[in-house]
Amino acid sequence: MKHKRPTDDPVWLKVLLAALAVGFIAVLLILPLALVFKEAFADGTAAFFAAIKEPDTLAAVKLSLVAAGIAVPLNTAFGIAAAWAIAKYDFPAKTVLVSLIDLPFSVSPVVSGLIYVLVFGMQGWLGPWLADHDIHILFALPGIVLATIFVTFPFVARELVPLMVDQGRDEEEAAATLGATGFQTFLRVTLPNIKWGLLYGVLLCNARALGEFGAVSVVSGHIRGQTNTMPLHVQLLYDNYDYAGAFAVAALLAMLALLTLALKTLLEWRYADALAANHRH
Amino acid sequence: MSAVGAGRLAWARSRHVLPGFRLSLGFTLFYLTSIVLIPLLALVLRPVALGLDGLWDAISTPRVLAALRLSFGMALAAAAIDSLFGSVIAWVLVRYRFPGKGFVDAVIDLPFALPTAVAGIALSTLYAPNGWIGGLLAEHGIRVAYTPWGVLVAMVFISLPFTVRTVQPVLSELGHEVEEAAATLGATRLQTIGRVVLPMLMPAILTGMAMAFARAAGEYGSIIFLAGNIPAVSEIAPLLIVVKLEQFDYAGASAIGVVMLAASFAMLLALNGLQAWAAKRR
Repeated sequence: MKHKRPTDDPVWLKVLLAALAVGFIAVLLILPLALVFKEAFADGTAAFFAAIKEPDTLAAVKLSLVAAGIAVPLNTAFGIAAAWAIAKYDFPAKTVLVSLIDLPFSVSPVVSGLIYVLVFGMQGWLGPWLADHDIHILFALPGIVLATIFVTFPFVARELVPLMVDQGRDEEEAAATLGATGFQTFLRVTLPNIKWGLLYGVLLCNARALGEFGAVSVVSGHIRGQTNTMPLHVQLLYDNYDYAGAFAVAALLAMLALLTLALKTLLEWRYADALAANHRH
Repeated sequence: MSAVGAGRLAWARSRHVLPGFRLSLGFTLFYLTSIVLIPLLALVLRPVALGLDGLWDAISTPRVLAALRLSFGMALAAAAIDSLFGSVIAWVLVRYRFPGKGFVDAVIDLPFALPTAVAGIALSTLYAPNGWIGGLLAEHGIRVAYTPWGVLVAMVFISLPFTVRTVQPVLSELGHEVEEAAATLGATRLQTIGRVVLPMLMPAILTGMAMAFARAAGEYGSIIFLAGNIPAVSEIAPLLIVVKLEQFDYAGASAIGVVMLAASFAMLLALNGLQAWAAKRR
């Protein structure tokens, strides 16, 4: 016989609240996800793969991979450098630096694209000069990469900063005192301590880099087969009433999102102690 | 270098022990300045070029005002709805045990992981008059797709994780002791929740609500497919920026951008204030 505590909710309330929560999630989150896969595979797997193999779709997949392939390593290097500087040294205005790193998360995706148009566009700061020298940034790969870097800017840093601040600097100082170089210290002492947190940050950074829509949409120019990333290609196909094609690419992106969620959940369960405190369950 | 005060001394000393201070901080500042700060400055300085009158002229057209009202008004409504359901979901996830709980917990973050364009076409198909949900609603004469309600649905979808994820950890840490004390002193369950639990969760709920509001107000991808984008009716502010850029109206686009950015900064300040308030109450 289970003892009923005074803080237990009555059974009717438990059932009501649980049904409300699960029902809300099912209608709001699960139904759209299910619909993506239903529409993508409505005409069978052969039709799905045929839609993916369209040259313009493959070009979009390639462009997304290239953009993420540049943006994610750069933001990872930045995240490690920023976390190292913030966690291992004392310097003035550190809290200001931490707030500035998080800034891109507060900016609307469209505004994130707009700022690069104001810098590199024809009516922008550098536009006329770039045009004179035949350098293409907007409506080309560099603009797409810049917008992607901006929206995924804080992911790795915000994961590593609290983690490395928590871990302190004793181990690194001991290694340095024993004669290790800075690089050896990082590789043999710091990296083993932060690897799961680093992976967590890179995972989220990569998912957003491949999925970003608003910011990239503003700077891409939407040239089919050339400057269309996967999410932009979804829009192009959808607006042209090619629903089978749009949902095929959407399903590809949704699979990526599910894989990201699965890995993220696995990291939170298996390596909770090695992640920043706010992700521990 | 004149080392004055303990802070300066500690700084100099730690720089001696661990190498890489100049390299890591130098790269951090260079990258931050060139990628984030200078481009943002291009927008922040825009009103200087336009003048305040020019800025106001660009914003005070009926179409722009309607778009701003829609974006911020619906974002507030979506944040309120998400705070209510997010708190219930957090309560259920922390306090109850039921099969499939781990799955429900993991799926909360779906709106973070799913690209917004994918969410957009899925919601649009779902709520269209011939869609799974849109069809049911149409029988009762309710239209969501291609109306301002479409904006609300997409915003509720995109912002839900913030409200759950801010309340959940605070609730886990809360423990049962205070509630037991309240119950021992004769409070009913509802009184305990209303007068003890809810006030303790308030800073977290408000923080989640502010984050949800900020995300919803700036959201673009998931909304434009569902909203129909009728000027002055279901056209959100970020979309109007895109429309003005396509017409090469940089001044008009940046005027709206400045308002959106100012709202983001205001929300950041509000969030910092909330954090300080929450820290003081602990």
